[in-house]
Parts: sequence; structure tokens; C-alpha cells
Amino acid sequence: MKRRLSFRKAAVQAFGFFGLRAATGLVLAVLVLILFDIGSKGAGTITWEFLSQPPRRGMTEGGIFPAIYGTLLVTLITAVLAVPLGMGAAVYLNEYARKNRLTRLIRLSIRNLSGVPSIVYGLFGVILFVNIFKFGTSVLSAGLTLGLLTLPWTITASEEALKQVPNAYREGALALGATKWQSIRTNVLPYALPGMLTGTVLGLARAAGETAPIMFTGAAFSLPILPQSVKDQFMALPYHLYIMATQHHDIGKVRPLAYGTALVLIALVLGMNLGAVILRYRLRRRQRRF
Amino acid sequence: MDPRPKIEARNLNFFYGAKRALKDLNIACHERKVTAIIGPSGCGKSTFIRTLNRMNDVVAGTRVKGDILVDGTSILGPKVDVVELRKRIGMVFQKPNPFPKSIFDNVAYGLRINGMAGSREHLEEVVEKSLREAALWEEVKDRLKENAFSLSGGQQQRLCIARALAVEPEVILFDEPCSAIDPIATAKIEDLIERLKSTYTVVIVTHNMQQAARVSDYTAFLMMGELVEFGDTRTIFTAPSQKLTEDYITGRFG
Repeated sequence: MKRRLSFRKAAVQAFGFFGLRAATGLVLAVLVLILFDIGSKGAGTITWEFLSQPPRRGMTEGGIFPAIYGTLLVTLITAVLAVPLGMGAAVYLNEYARKNRLTRLIRLSIRNLSGVPSIVYGLFGVILFVNIFKFGTSVLSAGLTLGLLTLPWTITASEEALKQVPNAYREGALALGATKWQSIRTNVLPYALPGMLTGTVLGLARAAGETAPIMFTGAAFSLPILPQSVKDQFMALPYHLYIMATQHHDIGKVRPLAYGTALVLIALVLGMNLGAVILRYRLRRRQRRF
Repeated sequence: MDPRPKIEARNLNFFYGAKRALKDLNIACHERKVTAIIGPSGCGKSTFIRTLNRMNDVVAGTRVKGDILVDGTSILGPKVDVVELRKRIGMVFQKPNPFPKSIFDNVAYGLRINGMAGSREHLEEVVEKSLREAALWEEVKDRLKENAFSLSGGQQQRLCIARALAVEPEVILFDEPCSAIDPIATAKIEDLIERLKSTYTVVIVTHNMQQAARVSDYTAFLMMGELVEFGDTRTIFTAPSQKLTEDYITGRFG
């Protein structure tokens, strides 16, 4: 009797573990498959010329430099909007705002915003930035639209990082005669910053890979020159990829270039994520050691 | 008793929302004496001590009624400079809460934020003096640049005391300072409190009756937010006037 029971328990446990491992393995397999597919088909295309030249002959030759440049530029504008606003809002919500129905509603709205489809942000950006603010279809409008898209992520991640800082640090500082802002600036923010930055960079990486929000707000099919100001249109990796994969008149001919573009885009996004992880690791270590 | 107490609570009431946590307390803490607040868990000891430096201000949905006087002046009310008040009335918390900085920077923290740091020499002087006062200097003088987390629990608590002393307060509030610390470290802190009272007014919350009997001059016994008995420590522990007090200090409940 006893033995049978423990056998059953062991079987249930083994089955459970198998299920969990299989789930993890499946997710990992999908990632590996994507990376392998794109890596193997795109690697041959990656040359210095591909990275440093503009497209030629209707995108069938040449490189993708304008798209790389455009994506970096638009991400920079996204960061300029999303980083200070996101961190500021997080500090307000976590440190200053009273815990009442209104702040709960604000938080709920922010969570909901992160679930709004990106195409909706795109159309919103057209109305607000392109038409009302008259920024035109430009890298500025696109960057600001992506900034809005990133904000919910930045705010949520920053707030989580602030929550991780023990209350004893805040009270300890206040008890020594610190003002509220002094206690936040000297005894909360430095310890929340690694987490805040990581969350922010992850959000930016996501924005860098978006197509829908920039399609109507500033990304161009093809441009003869690089954008000279933030009011110019730009080329971007995800949009360029989208065109080569679905809109081109000779899809078969540009397929290798499309794979190369996908590889560069993935490398850029993974690179940003990796950068965020390294940044957090180094900041944490410096704090432990100082 | 002295003519004018350093701190005086008058008909003090405290509310967490609708819950009344302190009921018409009248307690006087005398200058350069140790006043202990004892009582069973949840009786309002910590709530009381945290009203004295207005630390409860940070807790949402709370309300104070009555008055607290420090040197005869009310510290409640919106016009009081809370930052200045907390400089005058330091606090040591239940769990040692060193900041994740070096030992030196921990002690220097209050001076720096209050603009009292001055020259490097002056800062070093005050840090050393505070660490000596907290009986920690000999143990840490060669490792001031090390992270405060590398200290033991008892050392961390003495570091927090040094940090409080550095801003030259008049009163030090101890909120169960030994509850997270072993007996030997506790003895050191009790010695320290004994010495501190020659310079500072001390208020200590403790759930340890022996500790109250050892370190304090006056004892207040609270139960369910009410003051059961208040008097000099010897009387409270040898000849309490209330049956409830006697039952509590002899360990019949609590």
C-alpha cells in the first residue's frame, strides 16, 4: 500500500517535471529555430558593403545602411521621449502619489496601454504628431509615436525597480532629516537605476523592431539621401524588411537581402537586450563593491 | 521629576483610518533620562514613538489628535518644519537599516544631506567622533571604506546609532533596537544607551521587560493603545499600582 502510493507520487512528479521541461524546451526550440533559419540564410549576405551602402537597382543590389541609420536615429528620439517621461512618471506613481482610486485607475490605464495594438499607436501618431503638431511624416513623428508605445513598458519596469528598494532606506534617510526628494535622490534612485535602465532598454529594443507605428508617421519606402534633420523622412530596418518580404515586385530576387536585413535587425535588438543585461550586472556589482 | 520635560504627549490620539491606535496618552520624557515604553504586541508602542519624530506622516490614511510638545513647543500642526524636527529627534529602527554604502558614507549621510559636512577634515572628525560614541570605532577604523553590509547585525545597529548621533540630535528614539540582535550585541547596545543618556534624552520601545528594567529611568506601560501606568522604573517593576502592570511584568500574559 505504502509503496504503491509513493510510486504514484513519483510518477506524478516525473510527469510534472517532464511537462515543465517540455514547455521550456519548446519555447527555446522556437527561438533557436528562428535564429538558425535567419542566421543560416542571412549570414551569406552580410558584407561590409551590405552594411555601409544604400540599396541599388530597386533594392536588388547594394546594402541597407540608410535603414540601419534610420532605425538608430528613430530609437534615439524614442529614448529622448520615453526615458525621462517614463522614469519620472514611475517616480511620481511609486514615491509621491497617494494610494487611492485615482492612482489605481492611472496604473490600470498604463497596463492597458501596453496592450494596445501598435497599429493603433501608428494611427494616433498620424493624427497627433503629423497633423495636429504639424511635424509631418518625419523621423520626429515616428520617434515620438514609438516613444508613446514604449512608455507603458518603461513606467511599469521602472516602478517595479523602485518597489524593490526597501522602505527602510527611505525611512532611514527621512529620520536623519532628509527631505522627501533628498531621500529619493540619494537613497532610492541609485539603487533602482539598474532595474529602471534594464526595463527601459528592453522597451526601446521592442520599439526598434516595430513596423506599424512608423509606417504612416515617417518611414519611407526608399530614399536617395539620409535624413538631414528630424523633420525628414527616414528608412528603417523593420519597414525595409516588410517591403522586401511582401511589397517588392521581384520578391524572389531580394529574398537573400531580406534575410540579411532580418539578421541585422535581430542582432540589433538582441544586442540592445544583451547590453541591458550587462549594464545591470555592472551597476549592481559596482554598488556591492563601490 | 524635572519641572519641564523634554517631550510631553498630551491627550495624544492616533488613528489608522477609523482604528484608534493610541487613546488619550499623557507621557512625559525627561531630559537626559531614558524612558522605556513597554507593552504587549500591537499595544501602540511603536506607533507612539513614531509620532514623536512624525515618522507616521509617511503612512497614508493616518491622523493625530491631541498634542506633543518638545521643549514646550508643539511639534504637530502644518507649520512645523518636519525636516528640522527629525534632525533634532533621531531614530534607530527595529531592524538595523544601514544603507548600501561604505561605513564612512553611512555615518556621513546625515551630515551631507543637511549641509553640515564642511571640509573633509571636519567630516572625518565627526564620523570618528560618532563611531566612538557608538562604541564601534575600534572595530571599524581600518575598514571605513568597506560596505556596511559586511558588518554583523549588532555592528550594523551600532552603525545606525552612530549615523543618528552624527547629526547631533537632542533626543534619540529607539524602536525595539535589539529585537533582531543576539544577546551579546544586545548587552553592548544597552551599555551604550546607559552612556548616551548623559548627553541625550532617550526613548526606547522594547518588548523585553528585563531590558526596560535595566536601561530605563522611567517606564510607561501601554495596553491596547491606553496608558496603564507610568512612573519611575523602580516603582513600576517593584511596586506597580495597577494589577494589570503586575501581571504583565511578572509574565502572566503578553
